[in-house]
Amino acid sequence: MIFSFDLLFEAVLFGVLLGCFYAAVSIGLSVSFGLLDVPHVAHPALMIFGSYCTWMVASWGLDPILAGIVLMPAFFLLGVVIYRFYYETFERRGSEAGVRGLAFFFGLAFIIEVGLILGFGVDQRTVQAPYIGSSWAIGEYRIPYRMLVAFGVALVLTATLTVYLSKTFTGRAIKAVAQDEPALRLMGANPVRIKQWAFGIATGVSALAGAMVIIVGPVEPAMDRLYIGRTFCVVVLAGLGSMTGTLAAGLILGISESIVLMMLGASWAPAVAFGLLLIVLGIRPQGLFGR
Amino acid sequence: MVAPLLQVKAVSKQFGGFTALSSVSLDIAPGERFGLIGPNGSGKTTLINCISGSLRNEGGQILFEGKEISRLPAYRRTRLGIARSFQIPRPFPSMTVLENLLVPSAYVIHLREAEGEAMALEILRSIRLVDKAHVLANQLSQVELRKLELARAMAAKPRLLISDEAMAGLAGAEVDEVLDILFKLNESGITIIMIEHIMQAVMRFSQRVVCLDAGRIICEGTPQAIVGNPDVQKAYLGA
Amino acid sequence: MSYWISVGAILAAAFLAAISGINEYVFYAGYIVLTFVVLSTAWNILGGYAGYVNFGTGAFFGLGSYSAVVLFQALGAPLLVQIIAGAAIGAALGFGVGIMTLRLRGIFFAIATVALLFIMETLMVNWRYVGGATGLQLLRPEVMAPFGSYTRMLFVVMALLAVIAVSVARYIQVGWIGRGLRAIRDSEEAAECSGVPTLRLKLFACVVSGALMGAAGAPMPMYLSFIEPASSFSLNWGVSALAMPMIGGTGHWIGPVIGALLLGSIQQIVTVTISNEINVLVVGVLLVLFVVLAPDGVVGLFRKWSRRSSR
Repeated sequence: MIFSFDLLFEAVLFGVLLGCFYAAVSIGLSVSFGLLDVPHVAHPALMIFGSYCTWMVASWGLDPILAGIVLMPAFFLLGVVIYRFYYETFERRGSEAGVRGLAFFFGLAFIIEVGLILGFGVDQRTVQAPYIGSSWAIGEYRIPYRMLVAFGVALVLTATLTVYLSKTFTGRAIKAVAQDEPALRLMGANPVRIKQWAFGIATGVSALAGAMVIIVGPVEPAMDRLYIGRTFCVVVLAGLGSMTGTLAAGLILGISESIVLMMLGASWAPAVAFGLLLIVLGIRPQGLFGR
Repeated sequence: MVAPLLQVKAVSKQFGGFTALSSVSLDIAPGERFGLIGPNGSGKTTLINCISGSLRNEGGQILFEGKEISRLPAYRRTRLGIARSFQIPRPFPSMTVLENLLVPSAYVIHLREAEGEAMALEILRSIRLVDKAHVLANQLSQVELRKLELARAMAAKPRLLISDEAMAGLAGAEVDEVLDILFKLNESGITIIMIEHIMQAVMRFSQRVVCLDAGRIICEGTPQAIVGNPDVQKAYLGA
Repeated sequence: MSYWISVGAILAAAFLAAISGINEYVFYAGYIVLTFVVLSTAWNILGGYAGYVNFGTGAFFGLGSYSAVVLFQALGAPLLVQIIAGAAIGAALGFGVGIMTLRLRGIFFAIATVALLFIMETLMVNWRYVGGATGLQLLRPEVMAPFGSYTRMLFVVMALLAVIAVSVARYIQVGWIGRGLRAIRDSEEAAECSGVPTLRLKLFACVVSGALMGAAGAPMPMYLSFIEPASSFSLNWGVSALAMPMIGGTGHWIGPVIGALLLGSIQQIVTVTISNEINVLVVGVLLVLFVVLAPDGVVGLFRKWSRRSSR
């Protein structure tokens, strides 16, 4: 194995872009699991569903990112419905709900995955756009445009959501609802509606995240399994409830994965996210900035 | 001078940036009836959690019968003789009242099924819950749940019982009933720490009272002295 | 006592069937259903009794398969040794993941099991000795009399494993360990304050569960005459091992058995007559339906029905 600083630098550069992309696709989970404590193992499946929806909308001529944005309201509503159902069926009932809630989302993920296979087949799908396929050459390094696009969208998404959560009333209510529900009730806010709204936002964001996934590379129905590792790794490493932590954690994962990809090849890359997740759980389960 | 049963020495606890307990010290004598009061958020339950082991204290030491217990997990402390009831009752909902008591009887006292049942029934009889012995815990009323909390703590045959707001939300006669149970337990030799908001219950029950505010002890003395103390009044009414 | 008589009768029936002239397919499909009896029973010891959900049954199962393959290739180990090794390795894995994550909330343990799954698969994909991504073909040893085929023998072996698994689950459930696990599931903090050594009991359940899953995985390579990472470490094992107890009923040892027999048979039929994808869809849909509508499973439904009819 030839070790060169050039290769390492390129890997790190790619890793930074990849990391921001991972942060962006995990932000929805940061809200639904990190803030709302919903055991949302179906988050990656919903996101991949978003990828396929993007593919469909894009095949009518729309740019993939615009397609993702257009899908956001519909996914927002989907999120509201799912949370409402989850809340009425499980969260209300108390302790036994833990196991059943987990089982519910696990089953949901499988239903979505198989639904995608039945609807679209197992073949990979890709989208076309002017920025997909070409690269930006700086010196000896080539940065694929699609990664830059994902990077840009990721930053905008993360910044917007962070600002929303800290500056607006609803946003701060969302942050508070996880920690101090009684206080929220005293202020006259309805915790269930706030959580519903937040879960809707998280799912709406997943639509855009799904668009980015299919921009960055081809998608297939079973990809949600791999993304369970990546998104949960980012969210746990960040520390539950920390938005800025999501960016940092995403970068750590992206760079690690990129370096492993460079040094050991593609057959080892899938294990990086899961391995990092186990390490975090074992050594510092509250993550970098956990509450 | 009898050696204290429980010694809390300069115990502190932080939650992120928030200081819940700040160098709290107190001694509890064996057989004592001890009251712990303070406004909401003053750190009472945090202190209890540190003593019972649900939380680890960060600074200071906790000694029970002269032995340092700060590093012990909660189940070990229960086996040493510290039992607690929970502010919001935490029964085992899938089990009957009787089966709830069989857990500590098996895991603390190490009794077999038959002996455990006998002991449990006796406890239930003493607190007048025996007619609900075979009812599932998730079908009990508020006051019955509170009694179950105490019964479960009693089934661990503790030397120190911490009662965390066992009377919260109960009305007159029910308060007297629970107070009666605690008095009887104390007469049988169990040291009791009572956390309560119902002042007249604390006054009637306690031999000594400590008042917490914002994680610090602001007053310690007899119930009469505490009630008259201006700092205590300020803590409850002020700010 | 009646339990052991039934057990004896079942084993005798399995043995007699295996040496009879019944169609080979019965044993081919029956082996898989029995495997699921073991897996769902094992899952339920930690998931149903203690309330800690394992998504990564495939990690333990697949590891059992691979350790059997390694022992077989390297030492020509007989089936019994493979199974014991599978159990030991499954137990070790259970202990490892348990000690790392059982102190944390249930969802962290669940996600950690998924992580194990993928890490195991990646390790095996990159290990040439066991065939890497393409896997390995295996030559079965000679089958012993009185069995007419290796599959028939494996069927009886798995029936025995199923009986062992169910007996272990029953022993745990009925005894004081089961009461402690139930306390943990109902209210872990209250259990700890009632003297239950929660971490130890959870670890125990995790180790036993892992051991049974590993043992169930060991004969699989011989059954298929083949092993490869993707199917050994598939998340599909996890969803079945979870769905079966949830459908059958998690409070009682008979629940996973009912769930495995029911869902396992449905799966065999659907896979053969329709497709594998629809099979997974059926599992997912049934899981969600039962979790939402009949949380106590078939056992719960039966109890409700018998209570109503006795009035």
